[in-house]
Amino acid sequence: MFHIALKMLFGDPGKYLGIITAIALSSVIMVQQPAMLVDMLSQTYGTISDISLPDIWVMDPGVKSVDDSKPIQDTQLYRVRGVRGVEWAVPFYKGMQKVRLENGESAMCQLVGLDDSTLIGGPAVMLKGRLADLHIPDGVIVDESGARGRLAKRACEECPPVPIGVGDILEFNDTRALVVGVARSTPSFMSQPVVFTTYSRAKTLALSERKMLSFVLAKAKQGEAPEAVARRISAETGLTAYSSEEFKQASLEHIVKHTNILVNIGFVVLIGFVVGTAVTGQIFYNFTLDNLRYFGVFKAMGASDRTLLGMILLQALLVGFVGFGFGAGATAAFMHATAGGPGPQAKLTWQLLLGSGGAVMFIVLLAAFISARKVLRLETAVVFKA
Amino acid sequence: MEPTNLIPAVSCSGVTKAYGSGDTRTVALRGVDLEVRQGELLMLVGPSGCGKTTLISVMAGILDQDAGQCSLFGQDMKRLTPAQRTAFRGRRIGFVFQAFNLVPTLTVADNISLPLLINGSPRRQARERSIACLAEVGLAGREDAMPSELSGGQQQRVAIARALVHEPDLVVCDEPTSALDHTTGLAVMDMLKNLVVRGGRSLVIVTHDSRIFHYADTMAHMDDGRIESVRPGAATGEHS
Repeated sequence: MFHIALKMLFGDPGKYLGIITAIALSSVIMVQQPAMLVDMLSQTYGTISDISLPDIWVMDPGVKSVDDSKPIQDTQLYRVRGVRGVEWAVPFYKGMQKVRLENGESAMCQLVGLDDSTLIGGPAVMLKGRLADLHIPDGVIVDESGARGRLAKRACEECPPVPIGVGDILEFNDTRALVVGVARSTPSFMSQPVVFTTYSRAKTLALSERKMLSFVLAKAKQGEAPEAVARRISAETGLTAYSSEEFKQASLEHIVKHTNILVNIGFVVLIGFVVGTAVTGQIFYNFTLDNLRYFGVFKAMGASDRTLLGMILLQALLVGFVGFGFGAGATAAFMHATAGGPGPQAKLTWQLLLGSGGAVMFIVLLAAFISARKVLRLETAVVFKA
Repeated sequence: MEPTNLIPAVSCSGVTKAYGSGDTRTVALRGVDLEVRQGELLMLVGPSGCGKTTLISVMAGILDQDAGQCSLFGQDMKRLTPAQRTAFRGRRIGFVFQAFNLVPTLTVADNISLPLLINGSPRRQARERSIACLAEVGLAGREDAMPSELSGGQQQRVAIARALVHEPDLVVCDEPTSALDHTTGLAVMDMLKNLVVRGGRSLVIVTHDSRIFHYADTMAHMDDGRIESVRPGAATGEHS
């Protein structure tokens, strides 16, 4: 009887497409909005994710997240290096600076200063130039979304932006900086352009500050747990030290706690889920209601409740899979088409697809359950009504 | 032991059935006694609301009676579990409905094959049997047509083919000619009589249509939930 269930479904293309469209649109909301949320939340610790080599972050005790910079004295670097279990430690500068573009406009950017000799903390993916080019005098590397976005050149107000590239000049506090590379990095939560340079050059480019060391990046010796070494650093230096994972968690919690991002986007996701449930449920329920008489005929002819339930479940699962496939596919295509632009990007992860797919399946199974109840409780004698 | 062909197709005694409760309680059947012999065409006639449809629903094991006994081919339907009753109905009863009840999104062959598929026949076998049955009702070659492409008379013929495809012992028809013109109605009745009764099966027809009364072996008149009379029909002895 299962092929009969499918023929009943496909036999009414209008309704079939209606259900598929409703589920696809619900899926778009349930995939796209959480994907945005996942990306925005992951941006809260994007810098930590991008810097994979060190496994310990040391900072001022007042720092709450990776975007929250409270510089410490350069001498703290040596104290960290002296703690037992630390393999190596390097300085890391991260601060907001105003950059002046060639056309005279200015923009805020995130200036990142890497250890001069090792360049630890630099971007992993170079699109143009090499990381080592930072050793070129005045050299800086800009991130891709910044190069195409806020740092892009405009010949006039209406002219299309032209991404800056190798050879272009930027200016920080009247100090010249030469773009020597373009890199791909996780955008910051505030979506500011990121400009990488050496630690010593960052000190030159940044406004004169008494303390410049934002973080000390350290590596635990082999066999030492980063968390244990971090505790040791904290105890011996009075600074806060986290393992990378701990710092990611702390940064995430800080943003979630101090912004309404989770509530606002979570609300949209919830609305999407509720609307998706209502629309999909209603359409599928109506589809079953339209066929109620025929299910009654099947019952009169001897179809068991199990057979009828199987038919309805099959119809529900099929429209669920197809609808979700279209919805998730359309969302992925949209994300691909808009990828690389400035601002938050949606991030489609397998966990997200699994979760939203599960939610869609829940919706269709709920609709199937409600429809099936109607069918199973149907008084078979209805078939004798004209 | 009683020979099989002497066992009545349907035997109802003292069957009562009411709907609702309290002030809204409506008694549809008030102690109905009725028997349908094997190979007999019984017509159940009476005014609207007299309980005809309720009675055939009880006969077919679709509705449970409140009191009394109703057995099909010696099987007391109330003694069966709902699942057993459904399976029994699927094997031994065929239905023809007033509104045809053909699934509009299925082809004619798919509609006819439904009882076979419900009873577990393989698809191919069900289709072959459906096509053969379609030829028997004079619609050879229309197996892939959709119900909406057929006239009312043709749709009722498809419904008859669907009722007979699994070779049931009893066919229950609810107003089979009411939606058809006179000529088509008579053609449908000829077909029913030929295929069902002359095939040794029993046929119970609920009808208001006096134009087809002459086909009956037995006429049972109902009124207000009771069988008022059971008389031999005009066709009695025609095929004995």
